[in-house]
Amino acid sequence: MLRLEKRPSPSAFWEKASPFLAVILTMIAGGIMFWILGKNPFEAIRTIFWDPLFNDQFASYSRPQLLVKAAPLILIAIGLSLGFRAGVWNIGAEGQYIMGAIFCAAAGLAVYPVESRLVFPVMIVAGALGGFLWAMIPAILKTVFRTNEILVSLLLVYVAQNILAMMALGALRNPEGGGFPGSRNLSQIPAMANPELIAGTGMHWGVVAAFMAVIAGYILLQRHILGFQIKLAGQAPRAARFAGVSPARLVILCLGISGALAGLAGMFEVTGPAGQISIDFNVGYGFTAIIVAFLGRLNPVGILFAGLLMALTYIGGELAQFMLGLPSAAIQAFQGMLLFFLLATDLLTNFRIRLGQRKAA
Amino acid sequence: MFGNIDPALLIAALMVNSVPIMLAATGELVVEKSGVLNLGVEGMMIMGAICGFVTAVVTGNPYLGFLGGALGAMALSAIFGFLTQVLQTNQVASGLALTLFGLGLSSLIGQSYVGIKPPATGDLPLGPLKDIPFLGEAVFGHDWMVYGSILIVAAVWWVLKYSRLGLILRAVGESHEAAHALGYKVTRIRMLAVLFGGALAGLGGAYVSLVRVPQWTDGITAGAGWIALAIVVFASWRPWRVLAGAYLFGGVSVLQLNLQAAGSVIPVEYLSMAPYLITILVLVIMSSGRGKAALAAPACLGQNFHASR
Repeated sequence: MLRLEKRPSPSAFWEKASPFLAVILTMIAGGIMFWILGKNPFEAIRTIFWDPLFNDQFASYSRPQLLVKAAPLILIAIGLSLGFRAGVWNIGAEGQYIMGAIFCAAAGLAVYPVESRLVFPVMIVAGALGGFLWAMIPAILKTVFRTNEILVSLLLVYVAQNILAMMALGALRNPEGGGFPGSRNLSQIPAMANPELIAGTGMHWGVVAAFMAVIAGYILLQRHILGFQIKLAGQAPRAARFAGVSPARLVILCLGISGALAGLAGMFEVTGPAGQISIDFNVGYGFTAIIVAFLGRLNPVGILFAGLLMALTYIGGELAQFMLGLPSAAIQAFQGMLLFFLLATDLLTNFRIRLGQRKAA
Repeated sequence: MFGNIDPALLIAALMVNSVPIMLAATGELVVEKSGVLNLGVEGMMIMGAICGFVTAVVTGNPYLGFLGGALGAMALSAIFGFLTQVLQTNQVASGLALTLFGLGLSSLIGQSYVGIKPPATGDLPLGPLKDIPFLGEAVFGHDWMVYGSILIVAAVWWVLKYSRLGLILRAVGESHEAAHALGYKVTRIRMLAVLFGGALAGLGGAYVSLVRVPQWTDGITAGAGWIALAIVVFASWRPWRVLAGAYLFGGVSVLQLNLQAAGSVIPVEYLSMAPYLITILVLVIMSSGRGKAALAAPACLGQNFHASR
């Protein structure tokens, strides 16, 4: 008989090693899934994880994509990880991402066609503000009325999607677009564009912001009293209250920071890779970022690598779709599977697995 | 504003529209009563929707479809049960994983079923009742699931309130340590509750794809699972209030669809966001007021249990 024995303190080894084990297990389970779909599992795994980086034919196109896709994931996941550590569950980052994009596009297009260096910084602020305000709705409802922030933040995603549709078809529609839905192409307006900074790398301002967020997140958690309070509130809520940590303040801060970062991610996306506000401009980064935050063990440096790995599955997934005819939904299921295995391998961090019956004490 | 909407048809549509949410919320209520918070309702519903749809299309029998939907979602909930009950994972995160995985897997299974019409689920022959003016059209002209879901709510209410099984289930949810000390198998009972919740969510999902829409598209449940979770809070964990909540939200969504069809002056987007906004509003009302909703919640909700002795 296998039985579980709680460790006195979490295992330092497994805390680092379990994400790797989870990735390997996901590759195996994913391989089986691809095999059931009638694809060669080894070829599929190689196409997803190896070819985007090292294949002679595709690497030149897909390598820059890695940073482009990883940046929004990392930005959002850094914010989410703070809340997840404190027990504040913001799962509506997708909505905050959409609102950031809408605010930034609205701010930029309001002054169109002004060509000024100031337009882009104003749009950055507007994007962060959009995500921040959208996250303040669950935060204030939580602190004032004790409303569950999980449900409110998630339900607001559907509201944000409707607002997005309204904007793409109405207020922000390109007046010169011949009646088609969608805004002006922001990436083609010099004052508003978020261009590739170094040709051939995929590096844009969002990537810069993501790296800054990683550093800031690291300093916050390791060196700042607020980071200590966040960790304390998550691990020992009662102790945190006795230590004078205000739960309401933490809720506002965690949701506010994660909302602003998600808004920024939306802002950089809509001015760069996506280019314009359109009905289906959002592609689920806000949800995938939840997986990224857990894969990175809620640790900023871990999230950096997790974001890159997750970006790789997006790019590799597209490649596998193109090369092997693997359906795009398979990648979504694959990513979901990864979260299952991550959570499952957490067991090894907190428990020892013992063989045989328990001895009498 | 409501001039050209027939009230009998409105009530009929309301009853049909509220079935998926009612079923899923009733299942989740049982799960939460046992002390487990399963946030994967949306994922289980959509798995039920696709499994039910595929089974119905392949066998040509809508009743087998509902069975398939329930089994499919139950299989998914078994993963959640294994993770949280055996492997002691965080329930919030595992529920989210269930939803993300379910959304992906369902669209993977469903890609060759887009645009197909499922076999029709017939109305329950209620004979003369159907000829009653107004009521016949509004209440007695539905398929069996509409009545079945109300029966399920009644059964869950009775079991929770009057049976020994319900008492044990509530004990496990209120204090797992005490229940364990009394010799009840906490993990096993919770596992069964999770499977039951999965089956009901699957039935609800199958109802969406087989009766309410009826066809398959990606993301067909469109947040119904999350609304079901909110309704459990709204209902303060009481079965009959789940029924009331489901009818309220069924009513709101039917009304907004009718207003859309009638060409209302309110923009379509405002109307389609209304069910979500009203859900949030109701959540706020229920959770304020000196924390009454919080008091009604099972005391061990969301806490993992590991028998140390």
